[in-house]
Amino acid sequence: MSITPSTGASDYRKLEESITMAPMERLESPEDTSQELLTLNMGPHHPATHGVLRLLITLDGEIVRDLKPIIGYVHTGIEKTAEDKSYWKVIPVVERMDYLAYYFNAMAFCGATETLLEVEVPKRAQYLRVIHMELNRIMSHLVWLGTSALDLGAMSMFWYCFRDRELVLDLFEQSSGQRMHTRYFQVGGVIEDVPRGWVEKVREFTAQMPSRVDQYKDLLANNEIVLQRLRGVCPLGEPETRALGVTGPLLRATGNPWDLRKAMPYSSYEDFDFKIPVGLDGDNWDRFAVRVAEIYESVKIIDQALDGLPEGPWITEDRKVALPPRHELATSMEALIHHFKLVTEGFRVPPGEVYFPIESPRGELGCFVRSDGSSKPARVHMRDPSFVNLQATAPMTEGSYIADLIATLAMLDPVLGGIDR
Amino acid sequence: MEVSRQKLPALGTDLGDLSGEDFRIRQLRARDMLRGDLEGRELDAYVEERVLTTTMDKAVAWARSNALFPATFGLACCAIEMMSIVAARVDVARFGFEAFRASPRQADLLILSGRISIKMAPVVRRIYDQMLEPKWAIAMGACSSSMGVFNNYAIVPADKFMPVDVHVPGCPPRPEALMHGILKLRKMIQDDPDMGWREGYGARGTEEVVSADDQETAINVFRPGNTAGA
Repeated sequence: MSITPSTGASDYRKLEESITMAPMERLESPEDTSQELLTLNMGPHHPATHGVLRLLITLDGEIVRDLKPIIGYVHTGIEKTAEDKSYWKVIPVVERMDYLAYYFNAMAFCGATETLLEVEVPKRAQYLRVIHMELNRIMSHLVWLGTSALDLGAMSMFWYCFRDRELVLDLFEQSSGQRMHTRYFQVGGVIEDVPRGWVEKVREFTAQMPSRVDQYKDLLANNEIVLQRLRGVCPLGEPETRALGVTGPLLRATGNPWDLRKAMPYSSYEDFDFKIPVGLDGDNWDRFAVRVAEIYESVKIIDQALDGLPEGPWITEDRKVALPPRHELATSMEALIHHFKLVTEGFRVPPGEVYFPIESPRGELGCFVRSDGSSKPARVHMRDPSFVNLQATAPMTEGSYIADLIATLAMLDPVLGGIDR
Repeated sequence: MEVSRQKLPALGTDLGDLSGEDFRIRQLRARDMLRGDLEGRELDAYVEERVLTTTMDKAVAWARSNALFPATFGLACCAIEMMSIVAARVDVARFGFEAFRASPRQADLLILSGRISIKMAPVVRRIYDQMLEPKWAIAMGACSSSMGVFNNYAIVPADKFMPVDVHVPGCPPRPEALMHGILKLRKMIQDDPDMGWREGYGARGTEEVVSADDQETAINVFRPGNTAGA
């Protein structure tokens, strides 16, 4: 059996082969061979792209001249799938978009739906949401820290960060039964109250987390290699960053303290006292430092939320939206009818459209929901921060070394599940 | 790889029963051996007594199954859980599977950790093709096994375009579940060395052999001085 590319090759193979590794064009004079440009394909299977991102890089020696991200390799059709499901069955699907920020995805969708329904979320549910989201933020930043350090060559950081990540996931597992994609947030509140002893476990975690981050900071921030890879590398100023629509730690690294938790508080964030870490130059070092500093602030928010955790219901009393408690099903005919209606058809949402933005670990995560009055959304769209932030890669890395591109991509922290959806 | 199922040739065995000898005689015999005094059939019997014989197949399968090199290949959510099997809690290094290889050429296990879109499927298939045989594949999670919660236009299950040896259920599976899947695969390789995908899918005789005429145009074939496409 033989392989002949002319007959058997698919369109994909042809496209792939059209990218040659040969020198392509000359910059100035045809005689000057030191000025050849090279097109390099990186990905979609590349360990340093943090997912299945593909980059077409035009190289001048080791210098990056141009960069084109090619996305869509984990396109999952989540937004389309969401149109096929009743509102409360959309939650597990949207959770799988940005797979390191599942609580945030659920929060954005639930928040949008609650706005359309004009449902009041009980205070306890709001606080529980805040605790879970901030735990999720810590977990996401830990994964980012571990994998980014791995990209920079710091191996042990990966093990330390994943050790602490397991501690957060244990808390998620206790409160919801799952490690990832917990489906804990529900339209109108949270699905269940936290189990007995959970609050103490979280306190144990928040008590040790700051000292752990101190250690990580000491390990990395005093390391000459890390400093040289990050400090002053690939900066992008505040106006350019904002013009590109970049949000989150990347924007705050440039000195702009834009954080939706402060700017447009949701879910009772106005009750808590915390700071917004900002950088100065918007280089890789600032991006690193801002995220590390955010872990401390998240710990502070969790502690305050635990201190002020109000008693009371954890999901709205509105039986048209939330499932009735289990014990009512045996005694109340009305509860049985509500349960039946919710489980079979779901609740109907008044017509209208809403955009609900929240601050995810990567920036502004907004959920747009349009309702036509039925029990299924007419359109669900996510403004994912990774998608918008990714377009800043090219202006950041233009003129830098290809090794710095890896470091910048790590500090950009894109999650491809969120980009492609 | 073809492995012959042949027992190692037995050495001379008609020397009489040595098992009745007491410890002192064995000791003297060992001393003679070390001195070089044992010769011929006596030496053969001495060596055979101390050599563990097995079939070549079993030895190779044992070695292979205990040193699987997974490819560093993450797709989506499951990739994070795949990373955590290397981390401190589950620590896959206990079983010898921790050496993740970034190049498919050096890997012999492909863990499909996440959802495979229509756009990604040819890439995954190509990575699998680039791996050297013997090779195994694990479909981790619901998406790569059966499209999972996304039963829609964008996702394709792994079995549609490549052979899969083990399916690990879950969305995403816990690291322990993936660990269990890898150990199942190890057991499969140990118990039945022929349980590669070729036998499983009846694909003997479909090996790609490039004839001399096609050497110039063949892709993925290494030729000296030309690394393009290899």
